[in-house]
Amino acid sequence: MSLQLGWPDYLVERDENRCIQCEVCAKQCANEVHKLDPDTGKMVADEAKCVNCHRCVALCPTRALKIRVNDLEFKPNANWTSNSIKEIYKQAATGSVLLSGMGNPKPFPIYWDKMLINASQVTNPSIDPLREPMETGVMLGRKPAKLEFDKNGKLLTKMPPQIKLSVPLMFSAMSFGSISRNAHEALARAATELGILYNTGEGGLAKEFYQYGQNTIVQVASGRFGVHAEYLNTGAMLEIKIGQGAKPGIGGHLPGEKVGEQVSMARMIPQGSDAISPAPHHDIYSIEDLRQLIYSLKEATNYTKPVSVKIAAVHNAPAIASGIARAGADVIAIDGFRGGTGAAPQRVRDNVGIPIELALAAVDQRLREESIRHEVSLVVAGSIRSSADVVKAIALGADACYIGSSALLAIGCHMCQTCYTGKCNWGIATQRDDLVKRLNPDVATQRLVNLVNAWHHEIDEMLGGMGINAIESLRGNRLMLRGLGLNQKELDVLGIKHAGE
Amino acid sequence: MKKVYADEKWCLGCGLCKVYCRTSHSQTLDIIKAHKLESPRPVERLHIETGDKVNFALQCRHCDDPKCVQACITGAMQKDPETGLVLNETERCVGCWTCVLACPFGAIVRDEGSKKVAAKCDLCAAMGEPECVKHCPNNALKYEDRGESL
Amino acid sequence: MKYVIIGNSAAAVGCIEGLRKCDKSGSITVISDETHHVYSRPLISYYLAGKVKPDNMVYRHKDFYEKNNVTTMFGRKAVSIDPKAKKVALDNGKSVAYDKLLIATGSSPFVPPTQGLKDQSNVFTFLKYDDALGIEKLINPQSRVVVVGAGLIGLKAAEGLAPVTGGVDVIELAPRVLPMILDEQAAAPVQKRLEENGITFHLGITAEKVVGDKKVEKVILKDGTELPCDVLVMGVGVRPNVAEAKAAGVEVNRGIIVDDAMRTNVKDIYAAGDVTEGVDLITGERKIMALWPNAYAQGRAAAYDMCGSKDDFDGVFPMNAVGFFGLSMITAGIQGGDGIEVLVKRNEQTGATRRFFVKDDKLVGMILVGDVDRAGIYTYLISEKIPLSSLDKALTDDNFGLNALGYEKMKERISS
Repeated sequence: MSLQLGWPDYLVERDENRCIQCEVCAKQCANEVHKLDPDTGKMVADEAKCVNCHRCVALCPTRALKIRVNDLEFKPNANWTSNSIKEIYKQAATGSVLLSGMGNPKPFPIYWDKMLINASQVTNPSIDPLREPMETGVMLGRKPAKLEFDKNGKLLTKMPPQIKLSVPLMFSAMSFGSISRNAHEALARAATELGILYNTGEGGLAKEFYQYGQNTIVQVASGRFGVHAEYLNTGAMLEIKIGQGAKPGIGGHLPGEKVGEQVSMARMIPQGSDAISPAPHHDIYSIEDLRQLIYSLKEATNYTKPVSVKIAAVHNAPAIASGIARAGADVIAIDGFRGGTGAAPQRVRDNVGIPIELALAAVDQRLREESIRHEVSLVVAGSIRSSADVVKAIALGADACYIGSSALLAIGCHMCQTCYTGKCNWGIATQRDDLVKRLNPDVATQRLVNLVNAWHHEIDEMLGGMGINAIESLRGNRLMLRGLGLNQKELDVLGIKHAGE
Repeated sequence: MKKVYADEKWCLGCGLCKVYCRTSHSQTLDIIKAHKLESPRPVERLHIETGDKVNFALQCRHCDDPKCVQACITGAMQKDPETGLVLNETERCVGCWTCVLACPFGAIVRDEGSKKVAAKCDLCAAMGEPECVKHCPNNALKYEDRGESL
Repeated sequence: MKYVIIGNSAAAVGCIEGLRKCDKSGSITVISDETHHVYSRPLISYYLAGKVKPDNMVYRHKDFYEKNNVTTMFGRKAVSIDPKAKKVALDNGKSVAYDKLLIATGSSPFVPPTQGLKDQSNVFTFLKYDDALGIEKLINPQSRVVVVGAGLIGLKAAEGLAPVTGGVDVIELAPRVLPMILDEQAAAPVQKRLEENGITFHLGITAEKVVGDKKVEKVILKDGTELPCDVLVMGVGVRPNVAEAKAAGVEVNRGIIVDDAMRTNVKDIYAAGDVTEGVDLITGERKIMALWPNAYAQGRAAAYDMCGSKDDFDGVFPMNAVGFFGLSMITAGIQGGDGIEVLVKRNEQTGATRRFFVKDDKLVGMILVGDVDRAGIYTYLISEKIPLSSLDKALTDDNFGLNALGYEKMKERISS
């Protein structure tokens, strides 16, 4: 079919007065958009190939380039938007499932932006974080119902294994295979420097990263890639991945082209073979099966490490969470519908799952009602975009937040959402050596450390403003939040009052 | 002495070092004017080698015992005893390219502008810090003293 | 320690700078029959063409001798050497004592006997600054110049004179220009470029006789062609100035025989530069390698041995960088012979060629015409005798550079 019904999504605008024909844009675009025309001596661009990743814009030494959304328009139609129509054209041309990367971009409500944080005035004085110590540290793990001491004050109760975080943040699961080895190195080094954890995702763990084991969460996903005894014992925490916010209910697929030597070794699969993660774990068909896996992992690691179970935020999240807590998990990680991914069918990513804010509040509430809230720590993910989102999440009941998209943005991602092509111009979502090279781990580590440090300082400010000097005092403290423009139902689910009340 | 060292692990062969090298050796020191207005166009003083796996930028190594200085027929190529920089006194250079023949790194660039002269890295003596190092987008160039000598 | 140098050109400077690196206090005396501050000999043709100002003819800055604490005796000729008494006798009757002596007397042009050639006032050789100054006085934009010899000296003279005179005729016995350093293929574009710039060639022929009494007015070739002549330049060849050395018992072939450290067979007497017959690093044979950079390197090598320095002398081999009217050429090593394989890289658009001569898996020579960029890398391959089979790329590859040395070696080089 040679007639294209659609047209390029983006336009490449070059200011000819500024262009010096240095060809850096041509050399740096993995999609081969730019080229020096030998006949005219000028740079030209094939905008059809552009994915709007801004690599050329960032590198152009004279800032001569601008990428604009192509404003070519259909007749105005509030129902049949430009995207809706073009997606049909695409599917008519290819017969394929539409794929996309990163998180849900659709304009569903963002509850973080409809909640406001309290501040102290008059009766409950605020605290100056520059003068007073702020405890942002968090201990993740199962807590006993009661603590018993001997007559000298020494603790008698045996504590289940705990993980200490310096701030209530961790780097979310992103597999080696979906992101590059250099990106992993940066996450591992930054986590180590910051005193937090990063997550291997379902890609296994390469030997060279064992040195960061104390700051690593090793994931056991449905494909069981890279899972062996040494892998489990190297991590600080284990995580069973039941679901992922971006694509609840379906599995994962890493195409064979991306399974090179390193990915093959980390995942323990042959080079060039597709890495398919099935939708369910084929040995977990009931909550008892989950309990069995949790305890198998604890046996394998001699009960020295907490086990986390990660689920996607879906309709009966509270009931599922209750079951998981009773099954013996130490941590429950909930991934909301805005969560990112390297590749997922667009329709699933954009239409399946529920917002993390509502899921979190509901799960926290249910566990408290059942008097088992202390049995698990709650970690939430699914587009935590700033330190304000973190503070609100904790107030709603979270112990800590996972950040995925934020971390990738910090090291260069421009949210072009074409991760699934494997041609990430920033060296993040690619396995091509020449592209991976663009992500210098020294630089990327520094950026991640900067981001988390900045959020840390902001959290201190907001805590101090509320008159609180410890994260523990904020956890589940719904009174610190007020809703704005929410209906009664939403307020009820979130468990917060409306502003003005 | 401090020199520019390339880290071939991170060099992308993008060519930005050349752009800034030309600019720092231009009349106007303005990147657009240097490339579009100045005639003759300023010449960069480094070479970039690109390959499948490895790229790097190659500048003059400012050798302790420079072969170019020995070879120069006019005496224009000299090593400054204080700074250690190997510099070309272009007033006296006649563009014979004997230095090009002598340099085992192939670091000398032929400037065929209005007067043919040998152009070479001067560690941006006038700018303070080498411009290539400053503007490398991937930290692939370092300006440091490693105590190496040749 | 008394160091004495006979000669005041590249080898002498190499020696002076080498000595001062390891002996700051010994006395250095330079004796030269020329009167000028050391100048860059290859520049005399540029001077004639108006490309170099008189101030920039110097090879080292004006304070060179003073800064290096050198006593100079200019305009003086060394007439004999007494190796037993270790003295050099000058033409003014005085003598200079030495502990170490460097003979760097270079060479003199020889003029082949030609019918009708006496001591006409418009006949010049082309080696010294004074030659250029003399020619300068006699030429004007209408002058016709005849140059005998299409070697480096003859062509450089022609290149310098063509733009400022009415035209130059060059006579050469060999069938091509630059017969000693170029083969037929490489010589053709050079000849063409020179012809495009006002030079006419008469190849494969010699001059039968010259006509004129006080001044040469015509040069007549063997085939009867008559060339009008206002200035006649003889650039046929040079002979090393070995007379005084030979008389002192120094072993001489065509040039003074020296070993790797520039020593002659006489104790404490060294020789360097155009006057020597040194060992060609590539072939191992002895030959005269009269080239500016080699002279400097040899002078320095002699200095190192004189003061017992541990610095190395890498050895020399023939190499040339020369250009004519914008056409650049670089040559080195040997250009043909038994067991030699030739590799060619040609740029179809520009006509530039690179020819490499390989023997026993090593690069032994090259001729680059037009595209001479980064030629030094090949020079490095020649002098280090690097086996070509150990390289990651072929010499003719587009991307040939230090990366061809292989990762480890490349890394070592760029980290120096």
